[in-house]
Amino acid sequence: MWIREEWEGQTCGGETMSEWQTHEAGERIVPRPYAERFALPDERTGNGWPSPNRFLRHRPLAGKKRFDFGEFAAEYVIRGIALLSICAIFGIFYYVFQESRWAFRGGGESVQETAGAGSRGNENAQAASGAGQEEEIRPQTYGLPETAGESAAETGASGVSREADAIEEGRRTSLHSETSGNDEPVTLERLLLPNDIIDNEPRYVWQPISVVPKYSFVPLFVGALKVTLVGISIAAPVAILAALFMTTFAPRWLREIMKPAIEILAGFPSVVIGFFCLITVASVIQEITGATYRLNALVGGIGMSIAVIPIIFTVVEDSLSTVPRHMREASIALGASRWQTAWRVVLPAAAPGVFAAVILGIGRAFGETMIALMATGNAAQVSWNILESVRTMSATIGAEMAEVEFHSVHYGVLFLIGTVLFVVTFSLNAFAEFVVRKRLIKRFQGR
Amino acid sequence: MSDTTDIKISTRDFDLFYGGKQALRGITVDMYRNHVTALIGPSGCGKTSFLRALNRMNDLIDGVRIAGTVTIDGVDIYDRNVDVVELRKRVGMVFQKSNPFAKSVYDNVAYGPRVNGIRDRARLDEIVERSLRSAALWEEVKDRLRDSALGLSGGQQQRLCIARCLAVNPDILLMDEPASALDPLSTAKIEELIFELKRNYTIVIVTHNMQQAARVSDYTAFFYLGELVEYNRTETIFTNPRQKQTEEYVTGRFG
Repeated sequence: MWIREEWEGQTCGGETMSEWQTHEAGERIVPRPYAERFALPDERTGNGWPSPNRFLRHRPLAGKKRFDFGEFAAEYVIRGIALLSICAIFGIFYYVFQESRWAFRGGGESVQETAGAGSRGNENAQAASGAGQEEEIRPQTYGLPETAGESAAETGASGVSREADAIEEGRRTSLHSETSGNDEPVTLERLLLPNDIIDNEPRYVWQPISVVPKYSFVPLFVGALKVTLVGISIAAPVAILAALFMTTFAPRWLREIMKPAIEILAGFPSVVIGFFCLITVASVIQEITGATYRLNALVGGIGMSIAVIPIIFTVVEDSLSTVPRHMREASIALGASRWQTAWRVVLPAAAPGVFAAVILGIGRAFGETMIALMATGNAAQVSWNILESVRTMSATIGAEMAEVEFHSVHYGVLFLIGTVLFVVTFSLNAFAEFVVRKRLIKRFQGR
Repeated sequence: MSDTTDIKISTRDFDLFYGGKQALRGITVDMYRNHVTALIGPSGCGKTSFLRALNRMNDLIDGVRIAGTVTIDGVDIYDRNVDVVELRKRVGMVFQKSNPFAKSVYDNVAYGPRVNGIRDRARLDEIVERSLRSAALWEEVKDRLRDSALGLSGGQQQRLCIARCLAVNPDILLMDEPASALDPLSTAKIEELIFELKRNYTIVIVTHNMQQAARVSDYTAFFYLGELVEYNRTETIFTNPRQKQTEEYVTGRFG
């Protein structure tokens, strides 16, 4: 009844209220009108009741706006720093990208002078002229030269049949003197197609500092892919299950110890992990598998997984713990066990986050250098056996960049590897973000 | 309480603690089969804690201790031998905030049967249809079973949650303010549904809405500060309560 009267007081306003008060004043205690009980500052309402805050004075609504230099400066400094960092990132990308032009242009002072335009035609002409001048023929020179047929190059299907032609042409065009031979510009073809013949089989060879340098990306890419796949296929299940355990099953005290412990592991120096793999894991793995090569893709992959598990764990844990509690409860209340709840409700609801975590892990493993350098054996070869040594793209940069001749072809090729690494990681993330994740969100969260 | 209807749920001197804080004190109450029991009382008085104690949802919260007994069909549900998962299948629960899974309407209802091992397509279809019909939702959603449940309206979502509960074939339905977030029309539908459902189920409902308690329930328990102040037939509670506190609360004088 009280409530009703207060309500009426509010809706009727002061005028009606007072009438009503006189009408029934004798019978009941009538509460103060709404406007009085929640009095607004008096200069605005003019209702005579003192404001609870007499210190705050309102300025005219349409007057001059307040200007606070501190706020203004802070805003612009922050904005500037943000823009600057974005610019810096693009600057780095641009630098890496444009340094890789040396791969296609060839180094040496003379080339730098003549190849101003840096076009393909110039290079061809130059290479040909170089071949004309030099008649020296060395044994075991099977390097593929660039060919004029650009369109045919892309298919790469007719590998072996083209091989003979290529070698022929190679003899004619691509043989140079010691000095300029090392600096012959590369083409996409030479990076991606078989560039050597050993035992009558076309091979992909990475020999950047042989007499005839061979720059095939294929073994490096295969190596990076192998190590990444091994690493992620160990790390993803372990990290996801660990996060699931941590959010769903672990008692609170265990969670409070384990979560920071695993997250601290994320800041672990990769050199230490690499060292550990090099010394300990490699021995254990060789003991178990009987591998011929002590350092191989499996050992490297295990090292990667150690580096990547904390990252995936942290992101997955976050996305699992944001699954609303009521969803979990609904499942439990329907007679689902904790595992069923975790597996069928919590994990699907967190699927976009889990996916993002795995992509993040793949990116990290693909670019990880130190562990790859220390624990994978660094032998560039194409094979799908995980017990053979591999050389990853990032490890190649790490190993060779310090000794490479400035602005040589080799130098450019290393930057090209950097570009590829960047492009791969970037497109992986873009694909993850814009295609798969959207679809997952739509599927699992119905938005 | 002169009824001789058989007793479905019965508690004796039931205490519940959250850590050191006692939330329920000595609750002794008998609830009857195929009747609706309403739990009323001001916020924080322990109604929801009590409701959640009836299917041991409180087990999920750290630091909860209990004393006393809760028996359902004569079995002490806090006994060591009781399978909690089995208990929760028997005692379904509808939450205050409708909480469908982020799955299709069909998968929401089929979730319970599926986790209980029913895989057969035809059986699942039958269960889903019958559950949705029981929850008076079938006509509205039969053409959009494959759509996300999150696309339904609030009232429909809540009825979907009820359907989801019914699909695991419970004896008892616990409802924690099932209509508090709904508009009057949806509320009316839920109340009609409760009236229908009590033929087959024993229902315990927490509500803040006095009229709702009066409309849907057969028995009403008034909780205050963790204690059961009064428990009686709903008419008695609302027309002729024994305790002064109860009278003040149901007439809206406090709370």
